[in-house]
Order: sequence, then C-alpha cells, then structure tokens
Amino acid sequence: MKGLIEGQTGTWEVVIGLEVHAQVSSESKLFSGASTAFGAKPNTQVSLIDAAMPGMLPVINQHCVRQAIKTGLGINATVNLKSVFDRKNYFYPDLPQGYQISQYKQPIIGEGTLTIVSEDGEKEIGIERIHLEQDAGKSMHDQHPSKSFIDLNRSGVALMEIVSKPDMRSAVEAAAYIRKLRSIMRYLGTCDGNMQEGSLRCDVNVSVRKIGEELGTRCEIKNVNSIRFVQQAIDYEARRQVELLETGASIDQETRLFDASTGQTRSMRSKEEAHDYRYFPDPDLLPLEFSQNYVDEIKAELPELPDNKRDRFVSEFGLSAEDADTLVEEKATAEFYEELSNGRDKKLAANWVITELFGALNKSGIGLRESKVDAHNLGSLIDLISDGTISGRIAKDVFGEMFESGGSAGSIVASKGLRQISDSRQLTGLIDAVLSENHDKVTEFREGKDKLFGFFVGQVMKRSQGQANPKLVNELLKEKLHG
Amino acid sequence: MSLDKTMVQRVSQLARIEIEETQLETTARELNNILEWIEQLNEVDTEGVEPMASVTGHELPKRDDDVTDGGYPEKVLKNAPDRESDFFAVPKVVE
Repeated sequence: MKGLIEGQTGTWEVVIGLEVHAQVSSESKLFSGASTAFGAKPNTQVSLIDAAMPGMLPVINQHCVRQAIKTGLGINATVNLKSVFDRKNYFYPDLPQGYQISQYKQPIIGEGTLTIVSEDGEKEIGIERIHLEQDAGKSMHDQHPSKSFIDLNRSGVALMEIVSKPDMRSAVEAAAYIRKLRSIMRYLGTCDGNMQEGSLRCDVNVSVRKIGEELGTRCEIKNVNSIRFVQQAIDYEARRQVELLETGASIDQETRLFDASTGQTRSMRSKEEAHDYRYFPDPDLLPLEFSQNYVDEIKAELPELPDNKRDRFVSEFGLSAEDADTLVEEKATAEFYEELSNGRDKKLAANWVITELFGALNKSGIGLRESKVDAHNLGSLIDLISDGTISGRIAKDVFGEMFESGGSAGSIVASKGLRQISDSRQLTGLIDAVLSENHDKVTEFREGKDKLFGFFVGQVMKRSQGQANPKLVNELLKEKLHG
Repeated sequence: MSLDKTMVQRVSQLARIEIEETQLETTARELNNILEWIEQLNEVDTEGVEPMASVTGHELPKRDDDVTDGGYPEKVLKNAPDRESDFFAVPKVVE
C-alpha cells in the first residue's frame, strides 16, 4: 500500500478526513433573494438579511434544498426527511450576524459512500454527512496598511459541507476523492466545482499512527483551495507529525494554515480561544421537512452518473476501463465523446479524444471549453480517415491545423491538397521514380536484403509528402520488387 | 448549573459584551437566578417526547430561487462606522 511513511522507529500510516465546502449552484442565496453571481462590485449583492439588519427574517430557498438532496442521492446517502438549522456562534468581521446558520445534530443528508480509484485500485470512501449552511463574507487584508476591507456579496450564499470519514490513507487518495466528488456534483449540476472562484474549498484533517494502532491526534488544515495544495499540505503535515512523534513530542490538536508559497503548514494561533460555537436551534427557522415522495421524484430525474457511464462505455462500447475513466471524469468531456462517437467507431473516437485532443489541450494549457475543435468537426476528420480520403498520419497534421485555426477538416484537406493518393497509376509513377534512383539498393534487396523494403516504402511516402496510401504502396512495391 | 465569575467573564467575551470587573459578581448572581428559574423545567419528565419547534403547526415557508433583492450598497453601508469606497472597513485582522 502506498502513502506509508518510513520513520526512524517504524512505519507510519497517514489518516485523512476531508470537509469539503461546496457552493450550491443557485441564482439566489440560501435565505435571501440576493444574487450569487461571481465577480460583482462590492456589497451590491447584499440584502438586509445578509447584512444582518435587526428584525430581518431568513426564508429558505427551496432550490438549494433540492440541490442538497440531489447531491445526497448522488453519493447513495440517507436523506433525512426532517433536519434542523442551528446557529453556530462566533465573532468575525465578515460574519455580520455573529453566527452562521448551519446544521449540527440533524443534517439534511446522512451517511453515504463514494468510490475512488487510487494507487491500490478501487476503494470506497465513507461520507459522514452533508449539511446546508451559509457562507461568510470576504475579507481583504492587503488593500490598506491598517484596515481590512469587507465585501458581503458572498455572505449568505448556500454551501454544502460534505464531511468524509477518516478513510483516506494518502494524499493521492484525498485528491482522487475530491476529483470524484467534484465530478459527481458537476454531473448533477449541484456545484460547479470551480476552485479558483472558491466554489469548492477544503478543510483537511490529518493524523498519523503506527499500523494497527488507535487513531492519532489530528490537526485540521483550513481552507485549502486547490487539489494540488491539498496534496502538498497532507504530505507536509504528515511528515511534520511523524518527526514530532519520533522525537517523543506529542501533537497538539489544532487548526493550521497552509502557506502555498512555502508548501508548509503553520499554527493558527488566535482561533483556538474562540472555538466554542454554542450551537442552538435557530429560533427564526422551523425544522426543514419534506416527503419521501419529493425525494423519489428527484431521484427519478437524476442524470447518468460517472460510475454508470463508465460501466456503459466499457460494456457497450468495448473501451478499456482506463480510457472510460478518463472520458467520464469531466461531464463536459463525456458529453463531447458521446457526441463524437455517435455513429462512429467507438475506440477510434476514444483514441482521438484521449491521445490527440487531450495531448494538444495539455500542451497549450487550455481546457476543452476553449478548444477550437468541436465534436462535430473532429467527427468529420475521423470520417475522412474512415473513408480513406486521408491517412491516419496526415490526419494528425490536419488536426494540428484545426486545433490552431479552428478550420474544418474538409476545408484544410482540400486547401492543402492533402487527400491520400490512392490512384495506383499515380503511385506506380512514384514507385518507379524511387526505384530508378536507387538501383544499387534494388539489387541488394533482390540478393536477399529484405530489410530494405521499409526503406523503399519510406522513400515513396516522402516523395508523396506523406499522402500516398500506405497500404497500396506496400502492395504495389511488393509486385514491382518481386516481379 | 451555577455560573462563577470566570464563566461570566468568558461568556461576556464570547458575546463581545463588556462587563466591568466590579459588575461580575452581581451579573453572576442575576444569571444564576435566571438559570435556576428555568431549571424548574427539568422537573418535568420529557423522556421520549420530541422537542417542539413551534406551537402553530406551520411548516417552514420556502421561496423560489429568484433574485429579488440586493443592488443597494448605499443602504447596506449606511450604518458602517467606517468604509473605503464600497467596502466596510474594519481594524486589520490578519491571520
């Protein structure tokens, strides 16, 4: 098993649990009618409820409730027909209410599971719960020498806090878990998963222990906002804890911060004293209740999720499990592939997406959405290969051109004269020219140097600028040389 | 349950309500009186009784996901003790 740490005193196991804060995809906030759109001018998307003016009452957004139920169903979790909103009390400038409306003892979603693929193959990760809560405002500390600036646009936006069990054993597993969770939520349309915009943030709980021993004391690393940072933070934190324990010291249960510039975690001194949230049921909100029928209706509308799609790609399309995994991780990729492969060779289509398209996207550092090649256009290119108009090799050049310019396959082939030469008279002409230029080699070949056959093929291809139909060249060459 | 001075101090700090040192004793006594009064409720046997959230029998009202509010930063910032352009400005809090 990977993810173990060899210390001075033996082998240590890393134990990881994650709390993911996923912003619910919705137009308006959890308890107010203000907009959730990203990037608006400061304090323009704030209602008097979000600003916590006295006497304002929260009214729940039923779409957000629906989104939480959907997400719960997507991880095969128990949906609680009755849940309760509590006040989590703490004092911070970006929290005007002085409390966050959250769920404590009775969350909307109970236990579920999610399957990841990591170093050791497939593994189930338990999910403890999902609860609905409000986001806080945003503080900016670098705008003024002595003041912090507060923008309440984010205040009151609906979040799902998704709490895993401490089931992960390496940074790689933690990354796989986040990616899978994000993938499921994107398929469901319940969270856009955009970590740059803060739609998905993560608190990471890390502890270490000798194999078979009780769980160690954990540290919580707050608000890590990229998958790569989650991995770095875990690796650093696990090593720090092992080093401490091996020198005979103990771990303080504490909240830590990850510093992306150094790759290290450090103690958040000040927050400790305030960690007394004095939860109590919010007297402004009745318990949240809905019927099993309501849940069943939502269940009936769920789209095909990545695991099912993967299984279908393997069983119906004959793709390898690995290729299928790659294609289904992102909803947008899966949709692209399904459109492309419709009515075409499934494996050929998969190869073109995974090898050529992904290769080009990675190289130029852009995503599928920015790609100039759409499924329709790439499909026409594949059709040109299938009907013999161009060779697979030429197709790669055409693709490069399409990727750069966004031109259509057909027009690039026509304008550059890249059609495959399949006319045997034309090919014979090329072959004759090559053979007459290489008299000596022809003689050597006929004396038994079979290997030279490849040389002749190469020369003919070169002379045709790659456009000769390789299959025909082979056949015609054989006739000529042996004839 | 009984509150001592230290607890009163802690609660007042958590609530950001300042209580003078000289007032701690009195406040503790007053709070304890209230607690004692409420603790009478413990005499009732509530074993197996679900907590009651409301006497009205109403359900939690719900709204549709429409943008119906916001767009008035001036109103939001009107009572701010300090502001910088359209931000609230507070003493620097850095972690």
